[in-house]
Amino acid sequence: MSMENTGWDGFEIGAMLRSFDGPAKDIALTKQEDRNYSKNNSFTASVADWRIIKPVFNKDYCIDCQFCWVYCPDISIISRDKKMLGVDYDHCKGCGICVEVCPTNPKSLLMFPEQKDTEEAIAEWPEKEKKEK
Amino acid sequence: MGEIKKIKNLKEFSTSADRFEGANLLCPGCAHSIIVREVLNATNDDLVLSASTGCLEVCTAVYPYTSWDASWIHIGFENGSTAVAGAEAMYKALKRKGRLKQPDREPKFVSFAGDGASYDIGFQWISGCMERGHNIMHVVLDNEVYANTGGQRSSSTPIGGSTTTSPAGRVSYGEKQNKKDMVAIMAAHGIPYSAQVAPNKWKDMVKKIQYGLEVEGPVFINAMSPCTTEWKFDPKDTMMISDLATDSLVFPLYEIIDGHKLNITYRPKTVIPVEEYLAAQGRFKHLFKDEYKHLIKEWQERVDKQWEMLQRREEAGV
Repeated sequence: MSMENTGWDGFEIGAMLRSFDGPAKDIALTKQEDRNYSKNNSFTASVADWRIIKPVFNKDYCIDCQFCWVYCPDISIISRDKKMLGVDYDHCKGCGICVEVCPTNPKSLLMFPEQKDTEEAIAEWPEKEKKEK
Repeated sequence: MGEIKKIKNLKEFSTSADRFEGANLLCPGCAHSIIVREVLNATNDDLVLSASTGCLEVCTAVYPYTSWDASWIHIGFENGSTAVAGAEAMYKALKRKGRLKQPDREPKFVSFAGDGASYDIGFQWISGCMERGHNIMHVVLDNEVYANTGGQRSSSTPIGGSTTTSPAGRVSYGEKQNKKDMVAIMAAHGIPYSAQVAPNKWKDMVKKIQYGLEVEGPVFINAMSPCTTEWKFDPKDTMMISDLATDSLVFPLYEIIDGHKLNITYRPKTVIPVEEYLAAQGRFKHLFKDEYKHLIKEWQERVDKQWEMLQRREEAGV
């Protein structure tokens, strides 16, 4: 059944959407890159066009505390093997929570305009802030 | 399966594979998905989930997409809890008859609902589930307003909150009724576990969820969920508002075991004045006008009284 050509009233009542193609077992132990997502899974969609500012990750200052991972509402912080790897720009809505909860000095995540080049942003990274005594 | 997932620290927690997906349509900075992620990541067991009508439901099941990687039931406003209870009853019946396809796997049953669907519309249905003793967990995403339909007051809206049906202005200071104490009401059913959690205290949340999933019988969880749209604050400040709420004791974190034994699970090192919590949100900004300033004092007195009550109940151990 092609979904593109069917209106909202063209589907039978009590429809079921499958999150995965084929058998799916132990999803809780399968990383996103190893999953067989179906086209009905919102993982295959993108909300990148919601953003006007984006978080840029500078791994030089990151201490892998994972605060950004646990408080990200959009599963957009990619962490593997206890290491922070970067930001998933397909699903990030640009809320900026990750930047707020980042404890390093200077922060290892900062918000930049969406159009800004990542390398340019990293070149402009602020220096360590000195504590006022 | 059946083993409790080991989560000693945040690094260990971060190895979880999320079963909730991005590109859902929740607002940027919405605490709902932070709470859902913390709940789902607390276990590796199979899950049967439902969501009552509300922000979470309409934003994660926008046809033709679903954001859920576990069995998830899309149902009415009032009966998310009963749908999951029905699935649980069916599971028990099939198990008794030896007709389970995968008898070695033991799924957990969790229903999510907003405060509107729990405090008002689904109230008697949840009460029924608790009374019948189903082995389910009901998680309330408590944002103190009907956020999905444009911000009407619910019976969870606290005094002074400005909503579209209790607007603040020349005549009124906003909501006039006090917030319903749902955790106590549910505990009064004599259920094995009811607790209040907040997204910023992830460890406390995971501990409570794991306890709740292990225990036999119905479990009620009230999760504070700051709403950037209706509480009127900047999306990036969601965690800051959560910290203010837990540290000012507006949302004290505690649990009630077997309907009577109360434990306080988080005591802030320095308790901040309620005024700071109110000042951070647009829905309370009218309280800082001269004619309504006495309400801030009343707020503080109410919160102090509640905290004293909780401490006394904990001390008494009954």
